[in-house]
Amino acid sequence: MTEHELIWRIAGGSGDGIDSTSQNFAKALMRAGLNVFTHRHYPSRIRGGHTYVEVRAKDEEVTSRGDGYNFLLSLGDSFARNPAEDAYYGNEELKPLSENLDELREGGIIVYDTGLIDEEDVEDLNLEERAEENDWHVYPINLREIAREHGRDVMRNTAGVGVTAALLGMDVSYFEELITQNMSGDIQEDNLKVLDDAFELAEEFEHTHDLSVPTGENEQELGLMNGSNAIAYGALDAGCRFIAGYPMTPWTEVFTIMSQHMSEFGGIAEQVEDEIAAAAMALGASHAGVKAMSGSSGGGFALMSEPLGLAEMTETPVVLVEAMRAGPSTGMPTKPEQGDLEHVLYTSQGDSNRVVFAPAGVKEAYEQTRLAFELAYDYQLPAIVVYDQKIEGELRSVPVEFFDREPDPDVGKVLSEEEIKEAAHHESGIFERFDPDAEDGVSPRTIPGQKGGRHLTSGNETNPYGHIDEDPDNRVAQMSRRMQKLDRIREDLDENESSNQAYRGPEDAQYGIITWGSQQGTVFEAVDRLNDEGHSVKALGVSDLMPYPEAEVTEFVESVEEAVVVEMNASGQFKGLTQKELGRFGDKLSSLLKYNGNPFEPAEIVEGYEAIVEDEPAVPGDSTTFVPAAGD
Amino acid sequence: MSAFSAIGEDREIDREEFTPGIEPQATWCPGCGDFSVLKALKQALPEVGRNPEEVAVFTGIGCSGKLNSYLDSYGFHTIHGRSVPVARAAKLANPDLEVIAAGGDGDGYGIGGNHFIHTARENHDMTYVVFNNEIFGLTKGQTSPTSPKGHKSKTQPHGSAKDPIRPLSLGLTAGASYIARTAAVNPNQAAEILAEAIEHDGFAHVDFLTQCPTWNKDAKSYVPYTDVQESDEFDFDITDREEAAQMMYEVESKLYEGEVLTGRFYVDEDRPSYTEEKKATGEMPEEPLAERYFDEDAEWERSYDLLEHHT
Repeated sequence: MTEHELIWRIAGGSGDGIDSTSQNFAKALMRAGLNVFTHRHYPSRIRGGHTYVEVRAKDEEVTSRGDGYNFLLSLGDSFARNPAEDAYYGNEELKPLSENLDELREGGIIVYDTGLIDEEDVEDLNLEERAEENDWHVYPINLREIAREHGRDVMRNTAGVGVTAALLGMDVSYFEELITQNMSGDIQEDNLKVLDDAFELAEEFEHTHDLSVPTGENEQELGLMNGSNAIAYGALDAGCRFIAGYPMTPWTEVFTIMSQHMSEFGGIAEQVEDEIAAAAMALGASHAGVKAMSGSSGGGFALMSEPLGLAEMTETPVVLVEAMRAGPSTGMPTKPEQGDLEHVLYTSQGDSNRVVFAPAGVKEAYEQTRLAFELAYDYQLPAIVVYDQKIEGELRSVPVEFFDREPDPDVGKVLSEEEIKEAAHHESGIFERFDPDAEDGVSPRTIPGQKGGRHLTSGNETNPYGHIDEDPDNRVAQMSRRMQKLDRIREDLDENESSNQAYRGPEDAQYGIITWGSQQGTVFEAVDRLNDEGHSVKALGVSDLMPYPEAEVTEFVESVEEAVVVEMNASGQFKGLTQKELGRFGDKLSSLLKYNGNPFEPAEIVEGYEAIVEDEPAVPGDSTTFVPAAGD
Repeated sequence: MSAFSAIGEDREIDREEFTPGIEPQATWCPGCGDFSVLKALKQALPEVGRNPEEVAVFTGIGCSGKLNSYLDSYGFHTIHGRSVPVARAAKLANPDLEVIAAGGDGDGYGIGGNHFIHTARENHDMTYVVFNNEIFGLTKGQTSPTSPKGHKSKTQPHGSAKDPIRPLSLGLTAGASYIARTAAVNPNQAAEILAEAIEHDGFAHVDFLTQCPTWNKDAKSYVPYTDVQESDEFDFDITDREEAAQMMYEVESKLYEGEVLTGRFYVDEDRPSYTEEKKATGEMPEEPLAERYFDEDAEWERSYDLLEHHT
């Protein structure tokens, strides 16, 4: 570890308040002037509910989790379903301590709750011996006793925070402030007492460690938020005032945030019978003139296939979001994966005619959701934002100022009644909705209820007035008009000042790493380390999936000798897409894949890259897979 | 000022306004019951003062889906089974629109059954016309959810082992607040019932018996029929849920014994529509949402105002 950073891991059972405590901890560090990033471990529900959250804090921007960590607050699992020592899966109560030791860095700190974790069990772990080997500093303390003295057992987490603050030399007032803001009444008072008591107790400990909290000074005010917030806020700021959905992990988070704010924003949120209805309703609302969205995760999104195709055929603007999780089928519902790329690109019958973005983080999620609405309404087609659980739940500190933006309720080429009078109509008065020669392929719309605007809209192929028509010339004219929109959108995107693709590393680097969506931050962290170690490598993070950023990717691949494509699925879907779109580079592109339910760690990319470049036969580590380039 | 001046226009409306200049003549098979739905709608809509541009008709897939082509209005020919959710969302987006959904018995009681149940449950203010011909016509004569038990077809060569669905009872149980059955052979009653259904503030379900002379030759053409309101034989209170349920059960059973019973079977004028319910919980804007996008002076809320939760 070269730079000064804190990676604090809080481990406990489901119900021990791991999430809320870690959020407050991250917020306190952010308020103290640091940049923060949280990483949540996805627990296996089958084997007990213990889990952990890491908070990484540095003076500089943080784009990824780290490798390992340096402070463990182990609460033990007070909700262990099977605390018996001879239980089939082992002692669940102890796991928040025993299962977290392997990744603790040298010189790290361990705090554990002796009120819950039995000292005899700890002896069995050989903790003393391991601590000596690794220069760990162990501080056992009875957190439960402190919690009980002033309040309830669950306040062990607050006690743990107090101890952490004392050991790291942090200003405890940030935590006091958060407790005062977030809690009230007795609970607030009790927590404050628990915090202060634990802090004072730990200050009296003999401190044997060197680790302290880094110091920093943010130049601008920061906010702590995840990708779900960003997608929801991007949609609201794009003027979206209609959402229909059905709960499914992990998409539920966006749906929840939108539903909670929709009334105060004057819109309508609908939880409905299934995802077919959800997507169909978004189309219905959009057809009636409103900016609308829906979304789901893998299986629910599969149900939206047909309405999605209907949106393409009827040129109904709509935005759908797809929160990927490990598949196929129910797969691993609480684990992230990037296995739905081909699903969102191609699902529904006929030729795809949609926009697909995969944001890399919080800011990108906000930006690209807004852009998805803009393009969907300007070009009258569906736009999809595809993300995964990593984006969904990871908290990052982002400048508040970034969100100080003008709303964009523009619905694209929708005619007013005045304009309708001047527009082309059939001699019988029916509005010409689908002009085959329309500029950029986009024919202006009218909205039901408007005088002079009546026309038909159909999932069948139609003539310019929306009446079913299977004439070959009409078919070619209408199909070509619709399909050209993607070319126009690509031109628009290429002309934009800022690209949705992101780059890292020296421009003249010898080798390249390409990734898409959520893995970008981790890849960038790995690229920094590789260059520090003397490698010559740069990275490209792609967000535009359809229309594909052909020019940018071509330029990148041409500029390097070889490139490895990093993605979280088993079949290398993005690499496949790249070769399909570019029609070459098969001998230049290899794949580094991971599909065990956990996102990449920077070290896995570093090791994988080194193995590939140094032509080692296999990638070290058992959770990633290497697929060589064609001919290798 | 409304951006939708066709809505609520005060003028005489001629039924011929609903005949489109592009496809003035419907091309269903000769003798098809669907002609009667079209005719009844063309009669009912002007009667209740609706003009073509304040009416939005959403159809599914099947012979019934062609209704849009022959009825001049705003029309959306959706996909199989999904006309209802598309329609009800348009109504939420602009409650001033007159929203009608239409589809066949396979569309509404089979593939779209879930949407039918939940839309009735929520009591969306719209009219749903189900063209019930007891067969899949467009795909050339397969057994449908309303085909009688024992019905033989190419996909049920040994005769259907399934009892038919009970559409009226299903609508009642789900929560529809207006339920009627009419028949193609009874044009005056059909037009009256459709007019009532359109005027009804809530989910109005009309099961419309439409004979299929091409693919369901064995089936009756729904003559003779009896209007239960006009017959002395039947005496029940259409506002009484229990009596309505009993009557519906009898009507549904009798159809397969060759007795065609039509009329109104349940009306609940007191149940608030979904829009009213949603307004009551504060989840629905007072002004039609669709108007806001045309209002250049509209103030749009910003997510920036939510950020204090994050700092």
